[in-house]
Amino acid sequence: MSLDIVVCVKTNPDAQMIRIKNREPVLEAIPYKVGDLEKNALEAALQLRDAAGGGTIRALTVVEGDRKIRETIKEALAMGADEAVIVADPALAGADQAGIAAALAAAVAKIGACDVLLFGEGSTDNYSGQVGARVAELLGWPQIGYAKKLALAGGGIEAERSMDEMIETLAAPLPVAVTVVSEINEPRPISLMNILKAGKKPVTEWTLADLGLDAVGAQKRIVSNLAEEQDRKHVLFAGAVDEQVDAFVNALVKEGVVGR
Amino acid sequence: MADILVYSEKADAALELVAKGREWAAELGLGLSAACLGAGAAEAASALAAHGADRIFVSDAAFDGLPADTVAAALAAAAAEAGATVVLIASTRRGKELGGRVAQKLGAGCVSDVNALTLEHGELVADRYAYGGATVAREVITTAVKVFAVMPKTFAVGDPVAGAGAVVPLPAPAASAVRVVGRRAKEGEAVDLTAAPRIVGVGRGFAARDDLRLGTELADALHAELACTKSLADFEWLPESRILGLSGAKTKPDLYLAVGVSGQIQHTVGVSSARLIAAVNTDKEAPIFALADYGIVGDLYAVVPALVAKLQSL
Ligand SMILES: Cc1cc2nc3c(=O)[nH]c(=O)nc-3n(C[C@H](O)[C@H](O)[C@H](O)COP(=O)(O)OP(=O)(O)OC[C@H]3O[C@@H](n4cnc5c(N)ncnc54)[C@H](O)[C@@H]3O)c2cc1C
Ligand SMILES: Nc1ncnc2c1ncn2[C@@H]1O[C@H](COP(=O)(O)O)[C@@H](O)[C@H]1O
Repeated sequence: MSLDIVVCVKTNPDAQMIRIKNREPVLEAIPYKVGDLEKNALEAALQLRDAAGGGTIRALTVVEGDRKIRETIKEALAMGADEAVIVADPALAGADQAGIAAALAAAVAKIGACDVLLFGEGSTDNYSGQVGARVAELLGWPQIGYAKKLALAGGGIEAERSMDEMIETLAAPLPVAVTVVSEINEPRPISLMNILKAGKKPVTEWTLADLGLDAVGAQKRIVSNLAEEQDRKHVLFAGAVDEQVDAFVNALVKEGVVGR
Repeated sequence: MADILVYSEKADAALELVAKGREWAAELGLGLSAACLGAGAAEAASALAAHGADRIFVSDAAFDGLPADTVAAALAAAAAEAGATVVLIASTRRGKELGGRVAQKLGAGCVSDVNALTLEHGELVADRYAYGGATVAREVITTAVKVFAVMPKTFAVGDPVAGAGAVVPLPAPAASAVRVVGRRAKEGEAVDLTAAPRIVGVGRGFAARDDLRLGTELADALHAELACTKSLADFEWLPESRILGLSGAKTKPDLYLAVGVSGQIQHTVGVSSARLIAAVNTDKEAPIFALADYGIVGDLYAVVPALVAKLQSL
């Protein structure tokens, strides 16, 4: 059996590198990287394709601007995706989940070859969990959210999914949209060799016009987006372990959080 | 008449949304509708009616597993019938995946994982974490229909009110292609981390599951509750109920002691309101130290036994 898979990959500002200045997030000069859960989705795609015995894996991303996207998407190609499809259009600036979903759904339709459409359960920066569901609705496909285990079965897909209080096993025919949770797998490390190979893999670029789409305006207005104030003491204790531990525990006793 | 429409597969969560929805409906001059779907819908409907829903759309058709596509279809039908301008869904995992699908059907904007929703100058303003928890975004939806998926327990269940809502039967939507093959309960005990005055958090600095014994001993010596990073729950070393952070508990203990935890933003959002934060980590550049009041740069395998001994000697 041959299984064609599209993995929707978002590149996000590296949350760990975001500095806060006067409670505002500083986003200038922050590196962008492939989302954590999308790496799980890519790993799941590679395993499913192996199980099927063949098929093409495409990494699909939507960006409003450049964001060095050709560089960042190489991470997905180096992990093992065969091709990348980039939808880049300045008209996507300010687009939220509905706009991104419209572009993704149109791109999947244009790609055509897609049995399984994979998403992260949420993107690293937004974590809204909406995009997968919106794309499934636009395509009119069934969806399975929060997959922690995926297998081919009976010509379709069988998934164990992790819900709030239960593990539910669902079966769906193809094509199907699936979002994955982080416990589904440990994404494979990327070797230098594969980074070199990634440079030679095909990359297709489309604009919204190529997809027959107009800009989709934002459906939301951000009133504010501020960090909580943090005022911490930052005391590190030096010395041998016993000295560190003594000073540390004494400090906690003084603070009144341990001891009688 | 335009309505606020409330839905959750969880009875308690639906009641919370009805309580707040009733308040806003009165303030905004809207009606209050609710939807109840699947097995037990009729019973759930009478509870919602008793708490002030004017209309309850009911379908006890076989929504086995509550697949997002059919539930979204049913909810969109109810929203159309009610002329809903605001749809409130509980942001459980089912609710979150439903939110995107139903919003897409309704041409609506949607905010999920809402942890505060307030009516300000006639507008609903939704708070949710952004950038992995680094900031709190306050968002207003600008489409005619607005979908909010609100975290359970954001609002309190209200008192019953006099008067009974009308039950409106909803036609069953087309069946989903998704089929439920099986179901099993999740393992792991229920713990309420939000109630703990002291918390010891353990992370991937622990090299093996058995080593978590050290974490437990430390928690005992501190009379603290044991919690963990998502990574350890993913390994199934500890149950999900012990995760701190964006996808776990948000706590405000007097003391949070992080051991072998790097302190990435998705984790620290669960403890950033602690009165004191302390950390043990081999890496002095670990982000947890940027948030810590007190820290020991060192190997947990040497530091924790010494800490336990010292605490026991107090
Ligand atoms: C959408 C999304 C949601 C998420 N939600 C959550 C969430 O709710 N909660 C959560 O925790 N995470 C969450 N995460 C994951 C989070 O980003 C981090 O991956 C995770 O918190 C890291 O766990 P860790 O600190 O245990 O592991 P690591 O980041 O691997 O850190 C291990 C630390 O241990 C230290 N160490 C190693 N050996 C020793 C030793 N011998 N002694 C002392 N220290 C040692 C290392 O220096 C390192 O700092 C989420 C991620 C995403 C993308
Ligand atoms: N701009 C994008 N390009 C490609 N895929 C995306 C994009 N935004 C979101 N996704 C996919 O949708 C998932 C959920 O995103 P979100 O709704 O933002 O939480 C992500 O894990 C990705 O798989």
